[in-house]
Amino acid sequence: MNTAGHPAPGAPRILTTAQAIAEAIGQEMERDPRVFVMGEDFGRYGGVFSATGGLLERFGPERIRDTPRSESAFIGAAAAAAVEGLRPIAELMSVDLFGVCMDQIYNHLAKNRYMSGGQVKLPVVLMTAIGGGHGGAAQHSQCLYATFAHLPGLKVVVPSNAHDAKGLMTQAIRDDNPVMVFLHRGIMGLPWMQYQEGASVAVPETAFTVPFGQAAVAREGRHVTIVTLGLMVHKALLAARTLHTQGIEAEVIDLRTLVPLDTQSVLRSVGKTGRLLIVDEDYLGFGLSGEIAAVVAEHMDEVALAAPIRRLGVPNVPIPYSRPLEQAVIPSVTRIVEACCELADAKLKAAA
Amino acid sequence: MTKPPPDKLLWMYETMLLIRRYEETLAQVYLQGKRPPDIPPGLSFDIASGPVPGEMHLAAGQEPVAVGVCAHLRETDTVVGTHRSHHVAIAKGVPLDRMTAEIFGKVTGLGRGKGGHLHLFDPAHRFSCSGIVGASLPPACGAALAARLTGSPAIAVAFLGEGAAKQGIFHESLNLAGQWRLPVVFVCEDNRSAIPGAEDRAAAGASSAERAKCYGIEGIAVDRNDAIAVYEAAAVAVDRARQGGGATLIDVKTECHFGHFQGDARVFQPTTGAGEPRPHDPIATLAATLRRRKLLDDALDHRIRQRAEGHIAAAFEFARGSLYPAASEATEHVFA
Ligand SMILES: Cc1ncc(C[n+]2csc(CCOP(=O)(O)OP(=O)(O)O)c2C)c(N)n1
Repeated sequence: MNTAGHPAPGAPRILTTAQAIAEAIGQEMERDPRVFVMGEDFGRYGGVFSATGGLLERFGPERIRDTPRSESAFIGAAAAAAVEGLRPIAELMSVDLFGVCMDQIYNHLAKNRYMSGGQVKLPVVLMTAIGGGHGGAAQHSQCLYATFAHLPGLKVVVPSNAHDAKGLMTQAIRDDNPVMVFLHRGIMGLPWMQYQEGASVAVPETAFTVPFGQAAVAREGRHVTIVTLGLMVHKALLAARTLHTQGIEAEVIDLRTLVPLDTQSVLRSVGKTGRLLIVDEDYLGFGLSGEIAAVVAEHMDEVALAAPIRRLGVPNVPIPYSRPLEQAVIPSVTRIVEACCELADAKLKAAA
Repeated sequence: MTKPPPDKLLWMYETMLLIRRYEETLAQVYLQGKRPPDIPPGLSFDIASGPVPGEMHLAAGQEPVAVGVCAHLRETDTVVGTHRSHHVAIAKGVPLDRMTAEIFGKVTGLGRGKGGHLHLFDPAHRFSCSGIVGASLPPACGAALAARLTGSPAIAVAFLGEGAAKQGIFHESLNLAGQWRLPVVFVCEDNRSAIPGAEDRAAAGASSAERAKCYGIEGIAVDRNDAIAVYEAAAVAVDRARQGGGATLIDVKTECHFGHFQGDARVFQPTTGAGEPRPHDPIATLAATLRRRKLLDDALDHRIRQRAEGHIAAAFEFARGSLYPAASEATEHVFA
């Protein structure tokens, strides 16, 4: 279901990810007067990705602040306002647009605490939409979380469902560091975009946090580990259902945060299954999948692999516009199933 | 004041009609499949489905800006557009069939289906555009610089929205163009509809035309959405650029008929095509002028409209009839 239903009394309350995010922000704004939000088109619009829906009416335009299209300026301003003791949340509609304000992010927001010898704190949340599959082409479909995870000083959060989104967002707002929250368009529950079945889940009404650096086991299994995050969690779960019918039990690990990275959960699962597939909607080269593979390779004295590590990601090409090309580059359920089957075969060959 | 001669007036009229009818047709085609019958509850509009996926920003209503400027341009002049560019592309002579095929994602499209509506590249007609707000200004400066360095008489034109005029890149580009006296014209289309935000609040201080002057660039304000008014302003700007007089910014108050993008929360129901008559429709205004000057009568108007419909029908037929690129093409063209 796409919008919040009206559950029977006592039944869990189902929210879309966008609603869960808005709820988290609203509750934190109530709890802490230092929290405020800046972004483009909050006014009449509620933010293009609806993650601030209803907040303007409650908190007014001083704290739900419409910005001009001056991104370097308002993101740089968020960093400085944070040093002054405020706790800004800034939204830029799409991660693809961050290029215009990268200097403020990677030279200032990410580094000023370090360069000041720990004197200043920058509790800023940067929130943005990611992901393809909607015909957005090369400038409106990227994930790019690994780009930011590569930069020391930024925490990187990528929820896969409404529950985690609320808990992680609350944690992000309370964190004393810059945190980037990446929201896949396909899990938001937007009225104009297909959403991923399973992203709208029961969400507690009261505020709660999901700690950073703790992956979730989205599904238990003993034959192969699929490490993934964001929208791809749902594709991996669908693949796991198919694999189950073929006698392969896949364990799906939802990383939830890239920085900090829960290496223990990855190692524990790979130690159990002996086989690892990493599924990523970001580019394959120099990214998340390489990082996870390296972590496992570095711990081969602890975990035994029964097959080579495999990765599925966007081949190193910009996301094409044309539908068949787009489908060819973004990992699909079918390709996850195929990769897992190949991994199972690889074990048989190794044993032979 | 350079008045448009009759042939230019007729060209502007015909091109404006072509743009308007093209966008009305596209608005309808874009809706196809966007509400599939098995649409899940809560989803009222699926941006990814139908023959034209992705976002769609239409420029109907802004035709006077495109034709008023492009009427002065030669094939060798460069034009860089924004995320809202069909009108400019058409006025610059980008072929309608290949542009439409690109919007459909077909292999016969301008970019073999790889760029789509937001990223149209037609080097043959020296046209390009991009989805990043403000990104049109530096490439126009670069093309103008290249013209200077190679001794070409060509000039370059960047179109931008008033939202882009709030980006740092706007100020840097104007500064560069001013310092180097580049043969460039910046055309700011102030449609007062940068995503339905409070644009009045978002704009502080001077108009874009006034800001231009701070960088040693001429600024011209055109406060009517009128093809002849834009033509006259552009005549001055283009002439200055060609004569080595440097850059100009033209700031046009225009109007966007279809809202920010098709399917956005504000304009959930895109206009279906017929379009209600507007009090100040620039096409009707120009038609009236042409008729007063006896340049247009019913018979000619009919022929012009039929020609436009013929072009549009052919373009959509070409696009629909074309093939999608083979999946193997996804990995081609990353490097030269
Ligand atoms: C750098 C950047 N920031 C934000 C966006 C999102 N965005 C797309 S169109 C648009 C509005 C731009 O307004 P304007 O330049 O006035 O053009 P208009 O849509 O009004 O024609 C915005 C904010 C973007 N594409 N690029």
